[in-house]
Amino acid sequence: MTRYLVRRLAFALVLVAAVSSASFLLARLAPGDFVTETLGTQASRDEIARERARFGLDRSIAAHYRDWAAAALRLDFGPSMLYGRPVRDLIPERAAITALLAFSALVFATAVGLPLGIVTGSRRGGALAAAVRGASIVLLSMPPLLTSLLLVFVAARTGWLPIAGMRSSTVPSGGAALDLLRHLIVPALAIGLPLAAALERLQAQSMSEVVDAPFVLAALARGVPRRRVLWRGALKASLRPVAAIYGLMIGTLLSGSFAVEVITAWPGLGSLMLQALRARDIYLVAGCAGAGALFLALGTMTSDLALAIVDPRASETSRHAEAAA
Amino acid sequence: MTPRAVGAALIAIAIAAALSAPFVAPHAADARDRSLLNAPPTLPRMVGDDGSWHAPFIYRWRLVSQLEQRYEEDRSTRVGLAWLSRGRLVRSDDEARAPLLLLGTDSFGRDVFSRLLYGARISLGLAAVAALGATLAGAIVGGLAGYRGGAIDDLLMRATDFVMVLPATYVALALRAVLPLVLTPAQVFALLAAIFAALGAPFIARGVRAIVRSERRLDYAAAAEALGAGGWRLLARHLLPAARGFIAVQITILVPAFIVAEATLSYVGLGFPEPVASWGTMLHDAANIRVFADFPWLLSPAAAMFLVVLGLNLVLQDARRGSLEFNRPA
Repeated sequence: MTRYLVRRLAFALVLVAAVSSASFLLARLAPGDFVTETLGTQASRDEIARERARFGLDRSIAAHYRDWAAAALRLDFGPSMLYGRPVRDLIPERAAITALLAFSALVFATAVGLPLGIVTGSRRGGALAAAVRGASIVLLSMPPLLTSLLLVFVAARTGWLPIAGMRSSTVPSGGAALDLLRHLIVPALAIGLPLAAALERLQAQSMSEVVDAPFVLAALARGVPRRRVLWRGALKASLRPVAAIYGLMIGTLLSGSFAVEVITAWPGLGSLMLQALRARDIYLVAGCAGAGALFLALGTMTSDLALAIVDPRASETSRHAEAAA
Repeated sequence: MTPRAVGAALIAIAIAAALSAPFVAPHAADARDRSLLNAPPTLPRMVGDDGSWHAPFIYRWRLVSQLEQRYEEDRSTRVGLAWLSRGRLVRSDDEARAPLLLLGTDSFGRDVFSRLLYGARISLGLAAVAALGATLAGAIVGGLAGYRGGAIDDLLMRATDFVMVLPATYVALALRAVLPLVLTPAQVFALLAAIFAALGAPFIARGVRAIVRSERRLDYAAAAEALGAGGWRLLARHLLPAARGFIAVQITILVPAFIVAEATLSYVGLGFPEPVASWGTMLHDAANIRVFADFPWLLSPAAAMFLVVLGLNLVLQDARRGSLEFNRPA
């Protein structure tokens, strides 16, 4: 187990290093740089040269990359040209904001999708199951890009909820926490609704299979109440596929939150990456891409570990796979 | 109608709309009418103000407030519709003064309905081409890895693992953003198709590899080999066809993902340039708070996207269930 963990961690580190190096080099190779993007055509030649030198853009790509990589090993990822602050301070701030959004969406999806899936999956038919199933299929066809447009549309029409940003310019009655919560609803629902639908469908399918299993029939035949069989034995057995899917959802959360962050002006990692790319702020681009890769790698690793704990067969197979490789 | 039939109908309509755009769309995709900025849809009517019935007609929009871009129907004259004239399915009798605007106009005075149809060509075409590319690359890589095994298999699968754990959105963004912003639409099309195909191929490659690996141990593969079939022939004629079902399911998962990816990139301004009509660029033009409150017809590309993805999901329900079963360890 420890060996497995160490290998996964090493892989995650290599991944982060590769992704941030590649985006640094790509951004550096691209035509145009931060100075030409911000100073425009008005600037004099001296001014441009001075600014370039300030950010190290005047050196050769190889030398520039070597210095940046050497500093990055000491966890100094350079200054953000756009914000005039170290990338190291900026990224955790924004990543936490994205994590807050992703976590809220995940909690919502789990709290709504799983119970609904258990109910619909354990019933043979009925109007409720059909309605939930229909709603799920509709929501599954709405990626976060569309749900966020729809929710912003509804919020703008009705005026019920704020539609942009994370905080109001003035702190309203009820305090900052309530204000943040109100701003969180639209983006979190935009990511959470399709996820809830996916969880509902998966749990319903797994539940309906477990309900048919011989051990359920045996328990019922012994006179155990149906409710108890469903919510104790069957539920536990049906959770495995859902547990396995959580790892895949981390990727969906990250890419889904990008569209949502841009549409609802949520100041997370996705919006930061977009700003950085537009301004050709190469240190920030490399930092954001690396943070995204780290997010994804750690997420998949955590979910694999969780799965190994829930279902020992999973780590068993991975060990076999390792032995075979 | 079964859900499956509804889904198939939705997809058929979308494809037909894309193919027949030059015939069905009343206007060109980039034709502007400066006197009608953000005009609402002109609904075809059959009943006049006095309750009398007529052949379908529309009312002309009259600008009430230049500043707020508010319009009012000019009910004094009915403008008839001209069917099958000038090579178009339907236009208004008086295109110059009262154009037919089934979904209104955008902020440049362009007909949203026409742009939606032309946009379908780009959005659906790009997704289809990218899915085809991902399938080809995935089938080749997966087939090779599964058939040859050993070091090649190891190397190829490590590579797919690597691509699969990349933050796909960020990679697509970064790749697009570092290339020159000013590219011709055809270059953007090819570029996006290549990026999407590269990011989608590993998902197909992994499944194909697993199928080829298990198939080649079966008797029929041994028989074909014994009869003298070479490696490539065995792979192409006998082993890869076994992955047909899996590939079909994967394509219907990739296509909606690619449609949304194009829309996302274009929405943030890193997709197709103005004045190309794609569903993403149309949403980009709509990215403004007034749209949500006052000009909701500009969001019609989002509705179109939803219907296409819904159609694919409905068609795929049964097939997708099959694919989940395939993934379960035996």
